[in-house]
Amino acid sequence: MESPRFLSRSDVIGLAALALLLVVILPLSLDVFRLNLVAKYLTYAFVALGLVLCWGFGGILSLGQGVFFGLGGYGMAMYLKLEASSVENTKIQSTPGIPDFMDWNQITQLPLFWQPFHSLTLTILAILIIPAFFAYLVGAAMFKRRVGGVYFAIITQAIAAILTILIIGQQGYTGGINGITDLRTLKGWDIRPDHAKVVLYFVEVAFLFGCILLALFVRHSKLGRILVAMREKEDRVRFSGYSVANFKIFAFCLAAMFAAIGGAMFTLNVGFMSPSFVGIVPSIEMVIYTAVGGRLSIFGAIYGTLLVNFAKTSLSESFPQLWLFGLGALFIAVVLIFPNGLAGIWRDHVQPLIDRMINKRKSGSDHHNGKSFGPIADGAPAE
Amino acid sequence: MADEKDQGLHSPFRRKLLMGMAALPAMTMLPRTSFAQAPATAAVNTTGLAVTDTEVTVGILHSITGTMAISETGSVQAEKLAIEQINASGGVLGRKIKFIQEDGASDWPNFAEKAKKLLVNDKCAAVMGCWTSASRKAVLPVFEQYNGMLYYPTFYEGLEQSKNVIYTGQEATQQIIAGLDWVNKTKGAKSFYLLGSDYIWPRTSNKIARKHIEGHLQGCKVVGEEYFPLGHTQFNSVINKIKLTKPDVIYAIIVGGSNVAFYKQLKAAGIDLSKQTLLTISVTEDEIDGIGGENIAGAYACMKYFQSLDNPNNKAFVAAFKKMWGEKTVIGDVTQAAYLGPWLWKLTVEKAGSFDIDKVAAASPGVEFKGAPEGYVRVHENHHLWSKTRVGKAKLDGQYELVYETADLVEPDPFPKGYQ
Amino acid sequence: MFGDYSIGDLGAIFAMQGFAGLILFSVYVLMALGLAIIFGQMGVINMAHGEFMILGAYVTWMTSNAFQTYLPALFPGYFFVAMILAFLASGALGMLVEWGLIRHLNRRPLDTLLATWGLSLILQQAYRSIFGAREVGVELPQWMLGSKQITDTIEVPINGIFVMCLTFLITAAVAYVMYKSRWGRQVRAVVQNRVMAGAVGINTEKVDRYTFGLGCGIAGVAGSAFTMIGSTGPTSGQLYIVDTFLVVVFGGAASLFGTIASAFSISQAQSTMEFFMSGSMAKVLTLLAIVAILMMRPQGLFALKVRK
Repeated sequence: MESPRFLSRSDVIGLAALALLLVVILPLSLDVFRLNLVAKYLTYAFVALGLVLCWGFGGILSLGQGVFFGLGGYGMAMYLKLEASSVENTKIQSTPGIPDFMDWNQITQLPLFWQPFHSLTLTILAILIIPAFFAYLVGAAMFKRRVGGVYFAIITQAIAAILTILIIGQQGYTGGINGITDLRTLKGWDIRPDHAKVVLYFVEVAFLFGCILLALFVRHSKLGRILVAMREKEDRVRFSGYSVANFKIFAFCLAAMFAAIGGAMFTLNVGFMSPSFVGIVPSIEMVIYTAVGGRLSIFGAIYGTLLVNFAKTSLSESFPQLWLFGLGALFIAVVLIFPNGLAGIWRDHVQPLIDRMINKRKSGSDHHNGKSFGPIADGAPAE
Repeated sequence: MADEKDQGLHSPFRRKLLMGMAALPAMTMLPRTSFAQAPATAAVNTTGLAVTDTEVTVGILHSITGTMAISETGSVQAEKLAIEQINASGGVLGRKIKFIQEDGASDWPNFAEKAKKLLVNDKCAAVMGCWTSASRKAVLPVFEQYNGMLYYPTFYEGLEQSKNVIYTGQEATQQIIAGLDWVNKTKGAKSFYLLGSDYIWPRTSNKIARKHIEGHLQGCKVVGEEYFPLGHTQFNSVINKIKLTKPDVIYAIIVGGSNVAFYKQLKAAGIDLSKQTLLTISVTEDEIDGIGGENIAGAYACMKYFQSLDNPNNKAFVAAFKKMWGEKTVIGDVTQAAYLGPWLWKLTVEKAGSFDIDKVAAASPGVEFKGAPEGYVRVHENHHLWSKTRVGKAKLDGQYELVYETADLVEPDPFPKGYQ
Repeated sequence: MFGDYSIGDLGAIFAMQGFAGLILFSVYVLMALGLAIIFGQMGVINMAHGEFMILGAYVTWMTSNAFQTYLPALFPGYFFVAMILAFLASGALGMLVEWGLIRHLNRRPLDTLLATWGLSLILQQAYRSIFGAREVGVELPQWMLGSKQITDTIEVPINGIFVMCLTFLITAAVAYVMYKSRWGRQVRAVVQNRVMAGAVGINTEKVDRYTFGLGCGIAGVAGSAFTMIGSTGPTSGQLYIVDTFLVVVFGGAASLFGTIASAFSISQAQSTMEFFMSGSMAKVLTLLAIVAILMMRPQGLFALKVRK
């Protein structure tokens, strides 16, 4: 088979549409407060994007993406906290120069694992490498032994629970349940005022597009096709001589790295990090974003995240009781009624309509070239 | 104009009569201000807050969904009651309080987000809200950046002080030291077993307790200190350890669902709280509802308020609360502290003669509230409250019976020297 | 820490500690049994398991109130009625859920996981709307409270003994139903080969429905029993999910014996460690050990070899 182009026509359209929305429409129509909210939602989109790779394409459902989101977020928060805890800012403490929560816990010296976070370069490396390495350890242990499906989901969930308990329990080193708060500046640049929020929003969107391009690249590469093949008939791929485990590990690591970038951006945009983003509940909620967008659709993940979060904010403002019913129903509907999510609806109902309107003759072939949604039309991936 | 003014004079008076006895004590102290003519808006609001000639907007920010809804419901009810009573007695500087309620949904960034909405979009003159320390830590930078005013009701670990927050609950030393002194003196307690849920408030509180026990109480010692993850439900092992060490006092700061499991298992294990002294600072009447009075009867709690307090202010408060929210509701320490928020704010605004945040913050120290259900309270320079500390004994019906209260108000000390 | 105590004292404490471990074991078995049946026989992970338990707890609470109001004389025995009602209520809801939801997701275990999570959110909010956000206190009859003095120094909690007996009875009943009864044979036939089982005339849909109902019903009984030792509130069910799943997965999905063995090892490890260190650390170490072992032996302790 001829190697497909890196970006198909529909990918370019998708990118352009998303860019129009994120770079032009939203910043022009929303005030800074709402834009900052969008920035917060988009940090989850990184996680959703990773889940498309490992769950949608690879068939590996991780219920512990919050772990990687948290590792990334905490990495960034540690750096910002150290910068905010200069000797001058903290001179009322019994040990100036260390974060305030350490001082409250009688820690008199910065712990060793905090030391590298004095440097922004090392911090960025840590954000990218530690979660990916951790994902590698978990993935290698599990996939080499052909653990998958439900077992993998439950074990990742347990890891999320463990990390939460650890972070809350070791409050002298982590800030405990309150998390790491009161973050101020990045290299002397104040991240709190409105204009900084706008800048951060655009930086984040830029990163997001980077990750989308990477995901598209993976999707269209041989790797992406093997992942999909593997999800459908793992044994056949294995018998064809591919190391199934390595592909899965790669997808999982990449997803972890995306989640970590999302976490770091979260810390920058929201201004703190706490263990409530690491645990079981946020981890599963992040899965629903992907499912709503369409687990096979890279663009769907972004729209799904935005849609669910907008719904959450507006519904929980006006009908707080209704929101949980709505979220619960969403989980059920998305597996029962439209397993391919928004992307599926778009492809099955909207796209044909548009095609018919624009060009009646070509509608058939265009439809089949819609690369971004993957070749699998119906039903969820088989286990 | 004259007609309007006339009505302004009459209607609060009529309502006051209609309200009946319930709110009277709280109101007796306000006759002058409630009948004063409302000053011009431009004079009392120079910073663009949501204040009109007839209305002022405040925010209520608590979780009404999610895991914290259990605890925060009472606070919301108390704040709404206080606002209604203030409006019935003439409002604040002649203006009715209008409130905007937002749901924090037990989610900390959501709290920050909603706080920002209340301050930036709604221009609230004050916000009553938050329950957990984590939510307060999340909103604090928002309040400081956009210069808002938060009235925070929960007893908490201290180690914080902000121009933009009034802490209407007790900070840790207020709640702990008097109780330990009492149990040492009246029960002759020498050995203490410290327990807690594993997060910042129990850990900080136990740290203060340990310093006090080891440093200030003659011949006393801590024989054990243990923490359990939030939501832990199995306590048989630690109960055995307690049996092994036979402490004079079990000092328990367990919260949430764990609480219920702990007291039920304690009782089942044959530890009789009428013989074994147990002192807690985390179980209010609200929690007893879930634990069951029969499981905790005999335990002592140390805080500043009990529903059973016998004073006219409290009787009226309890009656009004039950009238508004139903006979079956119970009122815990935090609920009462939440009730103080709107009142303290009203008194401060009227003392400052302005809604401006800076003036309110500056006027806060020294503000007195004589109508508080817990009795007289006064705001300290550090924005915490001077308040009495009380010890109550849990009864079968889920109420506390007051057994001790400090003679004087206890000074709040959020950064206690020698206890850190 | 043991220096000041006599041998007798220490013996008594260790006996009681052993007993605490056994209670924890019973609790884990009771929690996990319903889930293990559903997961083992149907391959479905029921994330709403905790909410089915809490349904049982609420039924117990309502029964207790009803007895107090209408039949105060019979109050001491209400708990048995409550457990039966809890079984029926949770079982019936379970069958309804199977009919409306699970049935349509056959062979898609990850999707059932998400769908049942959605269900758990809906149930939580429903409990909150119906019973209020606060926890409810379930009053127990007097004879179930307190402890039993065995020797001078050894005393064991009565509710612990109760939970142990209950666990034993239910486990025995489940074992009997699964391995001896006609229906149990049908269930196992469906697990081994659904198509063939259908071909020989077993109504596989009906078997599924009753299996799911049975699992949920047992969760209801567990919830009812846990009113003795834990809290009853809209979100209390979530306190149990991680432990429950790990017990089931650690045991190896398809075997009842595996679940029991896994509950035993986890409970003993945890209760011993809790005695020597802080509760938090014990929990973390237990969970870490389980995860580490699962990574090395992912099929769990005792796995049936089943063809995929």
